[in-house]
Amino acid sequence: MAPFLIKRLLHGVAVLWVVATLTFALLRLLPGGPFDRDRRLPPEVMANIEAKYHLNEPFLAQYARYIRGIAAGDLGPSYKYIDRTVADVVRDTLPPSMFLGIFALALALAVSLPLGVAAAAWHDRWIDRACTTMATLGISLPNFILGAVLIWIFSLKLGWFQAARWGSPGSAVLPAITLGAMPCAQLTYLLRSSMLETLGEDFIRTARAKGVREALVLFKHALRNSLIPVLTLLGPLFAILVAGSFVIEYVFAIPGMGRFFITAVTDRDYPLVMGVTLVYTAILVCANLAVDMLYSVVDPRVRTR
Amino acid sequence: MLESPGTNHWFGTDELGRDLFTRILYGARVSLTVGIGTALVALIVGTLYGLLSGYAGGSVDNLLMRIVDIFYGLPDLLIFVLLSLFLGRNIVGVLIALGFISWVRFARVARGQVLQAKELVYVESARSIGASHARVLLRHILPNIFAQLLVTLTFSIPAAILAESTLSFIGLGINDPYSNWGTSWGTLAQDGWRAMRSYPHLIFFPATAIFLTILSFNFLGNGLRDILDPKTRRL
Repeated sequence: MAPFLIKRLLHGVAVLWVVATLTFALLRLLPGGPFDRDRRLPPEVMANIEAKYHLNEPFLAQYARYIRGIAAGDLGPSYKYIDRTVADVVRDTLPPSMFLGIFALALALAVSLPLGVAAAAWHDRWIDRACTTMATLGISLPNFILGAVLIWIFSLKLGWFQAARWGSPGSAVLPAITLGAMPCAQLTYLLRSSMLETLGEDFIRTARAKGVREALVLFKHALRNSLIPVLTLLGPLFAILVAGSFVIEYVFAIPGMGRFFITAVTDRDYPLVMGVTLVYTAILVCANLAVDMLYSVVDPRVRTR
Repeated sequence: MLESPGTNHWFGTDELGRDLFTRILYGARVSLTVGIGTALVALIVGTLYGLLSGYAGGSVDNLLMRIVDIFYGLPDLLIFVLLSLFLGRNIVGVLIALGFISWVRFARVARGQVLQAKELVYVESARSIGASHARVLLRHILPNIFAQLLVTLTFSIPAAILAESTLSFIGLGINDPYSNWGTSWGTLAQDGWRAMRSYPHLIFFPATAIFLTILSFNFLGNGLRDILDPKTRRL
């Protein structure tokens, strides 16, 4: 187990390094910069600004400075918010994003686990048909459209929730539903087919033959053995939640990291763009690592490997 | 100028008096080109990569798959935004950027299939009558694994349409005001989103177009998978 984890950890560091290098190179190669204004700045002022942000140094020296900074936890200064560093911005904006992501994932799991089991238990009955139809619709519905529909119904027509008022009570409900809908649909679909496969195994027939209660067969014998593919999907799903959240934050006007990412891109605040990308990647790497560790909890066969 | 849906303008008009039905028809050209184009780019690049990796095996395979793993671990949409800054907010740029992040799926599928196929007897017999490696790969193995790739292709098209419309919706996707090719459905939806309170039809129709298109491709993919992959048919 330990050597496997070390390997995964090194792999995670490699991913972070690739992302840092890729973003750095791409953004430095872009023509134009954050300090290009409609009215040209005097050359002396420009030189001063470039010296302040070390932009006058050779490319490789800037790269080395950047990587050294990351290793020390310093993501650099923000070009746009002069009195704040990128790390400050991340510290302020990460909590809403994380809260939303975890809320949405919890919601998705809470809905999809019972639905997936029920659909498999009553295979080809109405509940199964309803679940698969819902899942197909859910997978095809872009979350910005779902968000707009929910706002239109529940905020504009019914007035149950206030739109674009992050922090007011209940303000996280609509965004979390919007963000969690697609993962929920995928999880339901996956769990259903995984359960169906497990229910066809010999040990299920043995359990039934022994006279084990059907509920116990479903939830203990079958469900436990069907969770592996679900776990595998949780890593990429977390990625959907993380990367998808910037759309949700845009639609619901949530002051999270994703919204800052969008404005940073349009403002050409490159250190902020790079910083946020790195933080997102780090979250993703950690999620995948956590999933790898969860395998051994769920499936004892993995432990011996 | 802004009219609600009626007999003159089936889907209504926007704030400049442009017929929304026509705009959506032309938007289809953008969305479908991006969707199908991206999937084809990813299919070609990813399949060749996966074929080589799986067929070569050993340390080459190890190295090539490590690279794929790294790509797989990247946050797709963020990398896409960065790439499109570089490649430009036009159709070709978006197509390449989306292809760049979706080829790994094909590489994985192709490699997995090749690993199984290359142990089969028909490969050995083709080699023994003197077929070159390239011929074995392209004429013997590729046709045999194509069913799986076709299914992956069908699911990649809606994924690309989804990504493109989402990014256009938040203003980071295709932004080419001088193109007479059509406006992306995502951009249309964004325009409608701003006016949703008073004129819901402006977002309703583009959103429905996106949803129905993605839904159709997903149905197509499900059907194809059921036909081509007998293992999942009974589920």
